[in-house]
Amino acid sequence: MSAAQHLLAMSGDVAAIFGMSGATAFFRMGGYAAYVWPAYAVFFAVLIADSVAPRLRRRRVLRELRTRLARAQARGQRPSSPTPSLSP
Amino acid sequence: MSSWIPLWLHKLGSPPTFYRFAGAVRPWAMGLALLAGAIGLYGGLVLAPADYQQGDAYRIIFIHVPSAWMSMFVYAVMGVSGFMALVWRMKLAEVVAMESAPIGAAFTLITLVTGSLWGKPMWGTWWTWDARLTSELVLLFLYLGVIGLYHAFEDRRQGARAASFLAIIGVINVPIVHFSVTWWNTLHQGSTVNIFGHSKMAWDMLWPLLVMTLATKAYYVASLCRRARTDLLALEGGKDWVRRIAEDEATR
Repeated sequence: MSAAQHLLAMSGDVAAIFGMSGATAFFRMGGYAAYVWPAYAVFFAVLIADSVAPRLRRRRVLRELRTRLARAQARGQRPSSPTPSLSP
Repeated sequence: MSSWIPLWLHKLGSPPTFYRFAGAVRPWAMGLALLAGAIGLYGGLVLAPADYQQGDAYRIIFIHVPSAWMSMFVYAVMGVSGFMALVWRMKLAEVVAMESAPIGAAFTLITLVTGSLWGKPMWGTWWTWDARLTSELVLLFLYLGVIGLYHAFEDRRQGARAASFLAIIGVINVPIVHFSVTWWNTLHQGSTVNIFGHSKMAWDMLWPLLVMTLATKAYYVASLCRRARTDLLALEGGKDWVRRIAEDEATR
């Protein structure tokens, strides 16, 4: 049975009893909407946070590395560097 | 190491090779996670019938149980790779152990919150100090302890080894979580799904649960790949291969 057909069939059954459309019945979750939907919201919110965090960290790590490299390069190009040389 | 370990496995342990490998695996794992997640949720929320006792409230099972399994599975992975990190001093094992911890903590948090949201309408309480719930809470604290200990050290590799040690000790809690419903008299229901034997669940409800389990497993692989790649870049900051990646991404 296709998704649309199924929803239609479900809406038929439920509508006959409660007199409402399939989508409304689906979102009502048999009266447990206040528990089912927050549970799913937490599931997705936590996993989205989990996948965004390393993305931001990666950007930060690479940015810091580029800054460090640019600084090292700038120091290398100047012969009269203000940093004291280690070799005697 | 011993010669029975194939060469490709040796090579996989080297950071640049693993970085490329994880980069190739990640999109496939994420794709599988999203596809299985969509199918599983459609099956669970739309196709599966309401429970004769719990009505539609039982539909929380399709995220609660896979997350609970993942909270234990990820801990086991963390324990094994933590052991490898301590015994063989493998950098990659440290990375896998330490980057698994936040993912495991995320799944444990989901398990506790969704369980609470399921407990309220079914048991009449958000929380009770019974064996299953308490041991799962201890699991969350173990994850947080591992993460905290890892970050408490100035030297990251030293921190990883100390945290790996804590992770190994904490492995004792995993069977306690699993068997708590049989060992003690708890409010939490016993296991409905059995790998070896008959599952006490109708197929219409069982298959979405199994597909969701696959989805969470694939998500873990994808998330671990991304986290491990990022961590390798941070750890190997001074190396040429990381420098090339930093320069390549600057031009984009």
